[in-house]
Amino acid sequence: MRRQVPLIITFVVGSVLIIAAFIPHYPFGRLGENFSLYFDIIAVFAFILGGGNLIRIHGGKFTRGIKLSIAAAKKTGGFWPLTFLIEFPFLAFGGLEDKRGRDWFFSFITLAGFVAMLYVGLFKIGNPDGWGGNVTHPLSTFQQFYIYMFNPLQATMYALLAFFVASASYRAFRAKSPEATILLATAFIILLGRTPAGAYATGWMPESLSFLHVPNLANWIMAVPNLAGQRAILIGIALGVIAMSLRVILGVERTYLGSDRE
Amino acid sequence: MANGETKNFWVTLMAIDRRVIFLAVAIAVSLPLFLNISQTIYVSPEVTDLYDSLEKLQSGSKVLISFDYDPPSAPELQPMAVTVIEYCFRNDLKMILMGLWPQGPQQANQALETVVGEPPGASFEFNGKTYVYGEDWVNLGFQEGREFIIQRMGSSIAAAFPRDYAGTPVKELPLMRGVSNFNNIDYVFNLSAGTPGTVEWVQLAGDRFHATIGAANTAVQAPMIYPYYRAGQLTGILGGMKGAAEFEAVVGVVGKGTKFMLSQSFAHAIVILFIVVGNIAFFASGRKRRF
Repeated sequence: MRRQVPLIITFVVGSVLIIAAFIPHYPFGRLGENFSLYFDIIAVFAFILGGGNLIRIHGGKFTRGIKLSIAAAKKTGGFWPLTFLIEFPFLAFGGLEDKRGRDWFFSFITLAGFVAMLYVGLFKIGNPDGWGGNVTHPLSTFQQFYIYMFNPLQATMYALLAFFVASASYRAFRAKSPEATILLATAFIILLGRTPAGAYATGWMPESLSFLHVPNLANWIMAVPNLAGQRAILIGIALGVIAMSLRVILGVERTYLGSDRE
Repeated sequence: MANGETKNFWVTLMAIDRRVIFLAVAIAVSLPLFLNISQTIYVSPEVTDLYDSLEKLQSGSKVLISFDYDPPSAPELQPMAVTVIEYCFRNDLKMILMGLWPQGPQQANQALETVVGEPPGASFEFNGKTYVYGEDWVNLGFQEGREFIIQRMGSSIAAAFPRDYAGTPVKELPLMRGVSNFNNIDYVFNLSAGTPGTVEWVQLAGDRFHATIGAANTAVQAPMIYPYYRAGQLTGILGGMKGAAEFEAVVGVVGKGTKFMLSQSFAHAIVILFIVVGNIAFFASGRKRRF
């Protein structure tokens, strides 16, 4: 029964959603909407699971790291709390011999950030309108955290990509083979075409050679070769999704149920 | 210099320390922020098409703007959000703001604040006109459910968003009284950084419920959206920082898109320079090519 019931649910829901897409009338349209509502309810629980998982993983890492750090401080001899304090920067940031306890301080920061946001959000701390007010009131602590901490931190993480992309481009874009040379030339045109510099570089060309203007070349690359490649990928993905969905609905694909053991 | 020493120089250059590249990129990105160099922005056809489709809207038309991104993508997408909101205010278009990403509605409020110059309250003055929340714009907030939210909006927006961002029942908002589904929305403008985003809006709101859609995407995502634009499923695309700068140019706004474009130009120039140096070093060092 543990396997049959999920298989029946999957078959019924999958079939109804397919029928509802082609016959959006009573009762299929209504059923399709209700099933999508159930998805919302399940998805909300994913937030709780996500939060729980974060606490479990980083909580474990933090406690393990603390224990190993204290053990390392005791091993040194003397008054261990003093040793722990003196060696704190070393113990907290990757200095532990045992790999399982390394970087525990980052886990502590993650947990502290999670708890702080949850606390100010749930209890609407600093909200001028009190409990009944909007959690994102411009003067609420939650909104202040969001604008002045969350926003710049996330933007910084993403901005780091620019540095790695530049470094990777330097090493990867080498004209080692015909394929690599084509890739290099394309990257060159797109990089130039995505800035006003491209228009300046070839702006002197006569109108009859306008197709050689870098912005026009960049547009052509995006509109023709890129389009062809993307379409092929999209069609491939769509066919794959159809095949996989049919396998799941018909019960051929059962890996989502977990282990084969009853 | 002996031949061996020359070769060593090129080999060393090929393996240049990445910290040197990082420093060069940091200078290239930050220095232009302090410079005041004017640039001519070349407007691409996809941006012109999107602008033309907005121009076709009559005064009082209802535009649904979906903020499907979070702070990491804000440097690219936020200037587009600010410009489209300013465009809507200037042309007396009614805005219905929402987000399929949890941080979307907050990004919407930040964009409004940038346009208005203060946190948007119940009403505010802009260009000599008073705008009232619930009549000129609404923020429906975020609703979990990903693309299923779009599907539900196709039959009833009030069912997908029973209350707005501040908790007011949607049916009590004057702007939403005549809006039951996509049939009552004149234009959908989607700002997207991933999934759910433009693809889902095209597949559900566009293909199934026949909504007219324009899209603003990050530079990484834009190439994947081109097939939908070429097939006529999107009226136009704003792609990355360049798309933001082009959109500002056609609307007649000088915002962060235009300002940051200079940083992007410098950064791209540095990357190109490094690629050229890397290839010169590659050939000069006598490495074998596979032609």
